[in-house]
Amino acid sequence: MSDAQSPTDFDFEPVDDFEPVDVFDDSMDLRPGADNCYKCTACDTSCPVAEVDDEFPGPKFQGPEQWRLKRKEDVEIDDSILSCSNCMRCDNACPSSVPLSQMHNEARGEYVENQMDHRSREYIRNRILANYRTLAELGSKVPRITNAVMGNSLVQKLNEKLLGITAEREFPEFATQTFREWWRERGGAQVSSEEKRIAYFHGCYSNYNTPEVGKALVRVFEEFGYEIAVPRQRCSGTPMFANGMLDDAERAANVNVPEFKDLIDEGYDVIASCTSCSMSLKQEYPELFQISGIDEVSNHTYEALEYLRIYEDVQGALEGKSVDYPDLAYHAPCHARNQGLDRQAVELFREVDGFEIEDVGSSCSGISGTYGWKAEKYEKSMKIGEDMFDHMHHAKGSVGMTECPTCSMQMEHGSGYEIRHPLQLLEEAVA
Amino acid sequence: MAIEEDVIVVGGGVAGTVAALSAAETGASVRLITHKKSTLRHASGLIDVLGYTPDADGPLADPFEGLDSLPEEHPYRVVGEDAIREGLATFDDIVGDEYHGEHTDANALVPTHGGAVKPTARYPKAAAAGVASDDRDMLLVGFASMTDFEASLAADHLDAAGVPFEARGVTIEFPKRFRADAKVTRFAKALDTDEDVGGRGTREALAAAVEPHLDGAARVGFPSLLGDDHRHEVRADLEAYLGAEVFEVPMGPPSLPGLRLEDLLFDALDEAGVGISSGNKAVGYETDDGEVSAVIVDRKGREIPYHADAFVLATGGLVGKGIDSSREGVREPLFDCYIPHPDDRYDWFVEDAFGDHPFTSFGVVPDDRLRPTRADGHAEFENLFAAGGVVGGANVAAEKSASGVSLATGVVAGRAAGDSI
Repeated sequence: MSDAQSPTDFDFEPVDDFEPVDVFDDSMDLRPGADNCYKCTACDTSCPVAEVDDEFPGPKFQGPEQWRLKRKEDVEIDDSILSCSNCMRCDNACPSSVPLSQMHNEARGEYVENQMDHRSREYIRNRILANYRTLAELGSKVPRITNAVMGNSLVQKLNEKLLGITAEREFPEFATQTFREWWRERGGAQVSSEEKRIAYFHGCYSNYNTPEVGKALVRVFEEFGYEIAVPRQRCSGTPMFANGMLDDAERAANVNVPEFKDLIDEGYDVIASCTSCSMSLKQEYPELFQISGIDEVSNHTYEALEYLRIYEDVQGALEGKSVDYPDLAYHAPCHARNQGLDRQAVELFREVDGFEIEDVGSSCSGISGTYGWKAEKYEKSMKIGEDMFDHMHHAKGSVGMTECPTCSMQMEHGSGYEIRHPLQLLEEAVA
Repeated sequence: MAIEEDVIVVGGGVAGTVAALSAAETGASVRLITHKKSTLRHASGLIDVLGYTPDADGPLADPFEGLDSLPEEHPYRVVGEDAIREGLATFDDIVGDEYHGEHTDANALVPTHGGAVKPTARYPKAAAAGVASDDRDMLLVGFASMTDFEASLAADHLDAAGVPFEARGVTIEFPKRFRADAKVTRFAKALDTDEDVGGRGTREALAAAVEPHLDGAARVGFPSLLGDDHRHEVRADLEAYLGAEVFEVPMGPPSLPGLRLEDLLFDALDEAGVGISSGNKAVGYETDDGEVSAVIVDRKGREIPYHADAFVLATGGLVGKGIDSSREGVREPLFDCYIPHPDDRYDWFVEDAFGDHPFTSFGVVPDDRLRPTRADGHAEFENLFAAGGVVGGANVAAEKSASGVSLATGVVAGRAAGDSI
């Protein structure tokens, strides 16, 4: 009867509410999180990597168990942490709110920092992939040349040989005009409002590769009467977390947080069109960094459709609408799932006439950002995606829809479908 | 105020999904809010109505015969026999031919992974060939790396239980080598997609490994890992190779039959046009004139109200976290509904591990319309109804009544919420 004594008999210090702190500070205490785990394996059975990779010990080991092992001296982080794709499905599965992805991020950061050779090909390749935005900025200066070079099969082979970036995938094409260039050219916001204001976190992909998504967001929100700001911004950090490059992510966060915090003070909410960007600002930022204003930014961040469903009668705006649109195979990204957004597109658009929208199942697409771009992960990535490809082929029509840029690459790559973003359909329906 | 429905159901297990479907049947617009994956993944996937009386008499041949033995405050006594039957009928509509048992009131006896025989009202098609009332000899197959199922021990237990057939157990190596602690989902995936093992499919390789041990057995039982989406195909292939019927034995967590049932329930919600918001936690509520006007959902730091005219609380029991306890007491965390319990926490349990623990039946006290009541017997709120594990008065683990209670209260609470609009 271990608790036969009343607690007052003990020299008992109640554990304060646990506050995530900077992961490079050795005083990080994830014990409450580790102690919440009762080994039910819900996380392991929802892990897409564990389902196809027999070397991968799964999120329960990578999180609470490895954290405990680390309490001993001289125990290194297991290198399998690099096989975690950072889909964060384990967070969503855990009934005890163990901060699994936070533990994985911390372990991965520590592994990359202390155990990885920073001159190795793998490190350099991961660093390049994680900093996609830097490349995109250069490449989009001369988009046509970049597209021609990156699309050249010889270059792709060299990438695989020299860097370990798979030659199987088509590089996403850069737009001839970035979203920010378009925004400047149109003279910025066309609607002004004191009450309804959003600051657009466009991320890298909508800016350099699919400005049509950013434009759709602008038209839809202006239609609903919002004043839009597009502040200076860096990458949300998602590919950096996934590659354990936390320093890079923090540098970017140090630009993003103050920029958006200032706008929040002026009554703006932060809106992302990419579900991984909104995920990062909402969850990973306050978990991993201590930057003044980071909690405000986290608490004011929304995904675009999520925001409209909460604050506008978007359902009513679509009621009885008919849109000339192709039938859609919709895939919910893992990071949308973790924010509770996985059903919103299907629920919203099934009210609209003129096309069918079908959910292609709850599996992970398998690409997980930079993961599926790595030569040694490519096959695994495609294996995880099999279920989704299968459902896509069975769905009506041959056009896909998703919120996540890399999910859309994977969908296109595995099915040959053209892929669109829900905002583009919304633009068609209301703007 | 864009998120507005007629009825909001909080909880995504059996009770929540059935309540949402029943509310939708009244013509109401319905949204179901669920935080994490439900406890179905820890459950057997069997649908029990009543296996034992409170005095541990049983297994009951007919669950309905045992209703009179239940205490006055038992949810079954509150909703009545018709509600139990309607709950089962609703379930049968949802699952179609994926489950068996609807042809009779009698309990089926289904062997479990420990070799116990469980009295249950509905069981997955995949488990059908394993029922204990069948007198054909049985071979149980376990896998060396899967310690959750010891086939020969389970077979010995079945023998000891006096089943009318010979049960043998054998442990073999699964034809495809996984890591030592591979999860059932990994095995299931290999069979589902019929992964290649040395030039043939996993299904054929598995059948070939079992075949030498068959020795005339008419049916072969495996732990529940025979595929997922293609489960019927997997079993049919194994049956064709072996020339014997193949069935699955329900396992502990993580449970594939539970996961498959979750899929069936959510498909039905989609069919019925019920909105689903998953992944964020309901943390509070707003009231207006004695009624609940909204449930507050924490969306990663931002609290968003979900408005409705009626609400169903189906957040589960102690395991599902619909009931919370601390040294100070036992509480229902969302609406702070009254849960009667002794002040002294040493009176919540008894010394005997398998004894009659008071905590097993802790929960909200429903009125005749399944509204949680205050200590004085009045409804906590005019428009709040409760279903499933959060409702007190039943010792579901000992009685084997969890699913039946969820179905019966789910139908009644969902319908009452829908009709109150």
